[in-house]
Amino acid sequence: MSTEHAYPDLKGHFGPYGGRYVGETLMPAILELEEAYHTYAKEPAFISELGTLLSRYVGRPTPLYHAKRLSDHLKGAAIYLKREDLAHTGAHKINNTLGQALLARYMGKKKLIAETGAGQHGVATATTAALFGMACKIFMGVEDIKRQAPNVKRMELLGATVVPVDSGTGTLKDAMNEAMRYWVGAVEDTFYIIGSVAGPHPYPVMVRDFQKIIGIEARDQILEITGKLPTTLIACVGGGSNAMGLFYPFIDDDVEMIGVEAAGLGIDTDKHAATLGMGSIGVLHGSKSYVLQDKFGQIMEAHSISAGLDYPGVGPEHALLKDIKRATYVSITDKEALEGFRILCTLEGIIPALESSHAIACAVSTAKERSSEDVIIVNLSGRGDKDLGTVFSIFDSKK
Amino acid sequence: MDRLKKTFDRLAEKGEKALVGFVSAGDPDMETSLEIIRNMCEAGLDILELGVPFSDPTADGPVIQRSSARALEKGITLETVLEMTRRIREYSDIPIILFSYYNPVFAFGARQFYTFALEKGADGVLIVDLPPEESDEMTGVWEGNELSLIRLIAPTTPVERMKTISDSASGFLYMVSKTGVTGSDGLDTSAIESYVKTLRSVTHLPICVGFGISTPEDVRAISKMADGIVIGSAFERLIENHLEDDDLPELLGKQTRLFKNATRKGYV
Ligand SMILES: Cc1ncc(COP(=O)(O)O)c(C=O)c1O
Repeated sequence: MSTEHAYPDLKGHFGPYGGRYVGETLMPAILELEEAYHTYAKEPAFISELGTLLSRYVGRPTPLYHAKRLSDHLKGAAIYLKREDLAHTGAHKINNTLGQALLARYMGKKKLIAETGAGQHGVATATTAALFGMACKIFMGVEDIKRQAPNVKRMELLGATVVPVDSGTGTLKDAMNEAMRYWVGAVEDTFYIIGSVAGPHPYPVMVRDFQKIIGIEARDQILEITGKLPTTLIACVGGGSNAMGLFYPFIDDDVEMIGVEAAGLGIDTDKHAATLGMGSIGVLHGSKSYVLQDKFGQIMEAHSISAGLDYPGVGPEHALLKDIKRATYVSITDKEALEGFRILCTLEGIIPALESSHAIACAVSTAKERSSEDVIIVNLSGRGDKDLGTVFSIFDSKK
Repeated sequence: MDRLKKTFDRLAEKGEKALVGFVSAGDPDMETSLEIIRNMCEAGLDILELGVPFSDPTADGPVIQRSSARALEKGITLETVLEMTRRIREYSDIPIILFSYYNPVFAFGARQFYTFALEKGADGVLIVDLPPEESDEMTGVWEGNELSLIRLIAPTTPVERMKTISDSASGFLYMVSKTGVTGSDGLDTSAIESYVKTLRSVTHLPICVGFGISTPEDVRAISKMADGIVIGSAFERLIENHLEDDDLPELLGKQTRLFKNATRKGYV
């Protein structure tokens, strides 16, 4: 059906998106990073060390699990869950942090920094830093520190310093601003591990490459279980890394791809994080993509019950996939996500992250409209322990 | 018509260095901001950098972040900044550089931006987060080359890259004094001297040094090596500390005079 997807180009452009929009102090660093990535990530020693870590430390391959009770309940398509929640540290984020930290080691950098929203990327970075014996600083918005408290303790336990960020809304965007500012001053000896397929080139392509293990495994697994490719892939989209990781290995296949953004209180309100659905083209955090902004180019605040989706930007490759109609992007409200959360708990005995609950909620409505011949793979990007505080306070207030 | 070139020539004749002042346009509000700028011009400011406020200033430290936020709260947009440029032009011939992040310019439209900026009386533009690698999308749609394109050189910039950047720049080069965001302290004059020396070997453009320069002593030290000195956070800190004071514009004028004196040869 499709011509081959060959992005980005040499300058990191995904069609009109991507690129490198950063100040001069950082330019030499990201050029150096690009060079190092192209050199080391192809070396057999690098590939083999990362592969060993992914299997023996992270526990890959993660299972592809047929959610039979859920599928039967919906009386539609068969739903399979890619169990990234079972990866060490409880989310897909570690696939990327191990890759980048290994690259940092090859480049001789001993200090790691990262931004985090839900805290999953922060925990994964802190874990990797402990494993590699590196110093680690995590930037996190004060609002997220409140709603993801267990992950803050976890990062500190792992030896990282959590730096509270109180500018803006105190969420993921502000944490990323502050991490970039810190990096400008520490660029000579510090490696910035960006947690999603966002940021300046080479981050979007590099993070996709470290996350594509999700889709490579899922493709092999579904072929082995059902003997054919799935009909549909569904993943939540914050910055878009778990979605790109699942989608990319299927990109030249005849497989439908659906990205699920956070609709917050509703896309007809001003409290949502549906960047692809409701945003316009702009430049944020080093790349061009869709962003939530006013008509003067000022970035707006996003909102989602899930800290990991609460971001007014999105990775540039998703912007391209939307424009060329290779993927479809829909949105799920806070309320619908909570229903997705509950249904997976009660029907499958799996407590999903609130981010992943958006993908579940979308799968529930999609499966109902499909035939029993159809197969949907949902990326269960993380587990929900970190969200119990948020969820209990909402469920309790409704009693 | 080339106000920037004339300014550097005039200063060279007098044996002075250029005092370049940055303020966030519209901080604390448009009228006060215009009064502040008028006082700074009258006190001898040589070049004005007018900052377009942005919601996510990732290259700026806390002082300029807050000044930008104050201006945004007053509803300042790129359009307002262009209007302010026109009003400054009514009373002053000072070279005006519009200092912005890319997104407000992109949202406004790069082609329109060029036309309006010139029409309102701006002389140059510095887009912090638009490196030469991405600049074509902006300058490629400009209908002319009358607007100077000021570019940043950082301590991390290798010498070959300095040359590439210089070749695509005009007006002057802005040498960042240290790796860090605006307002970071700790000025290392011997390091700056060596950056400037390296940069001189690959460019004919005037070199202005900025970031973290906050006292007349700093200005005096940098005047020995560079063609101009950029002050931003120090002015903004003064604004922030005197937001409620009626004589805020005069205070900025006074401080400008102190800095300006320090750019003059033989002044102690
Ligand atoms: C479990 C989980 N899923 C999804 C996301 C969203 O990020 P991305 O869109 O990059 O996968 C996060 C981010 O924190 C997360 O923790």
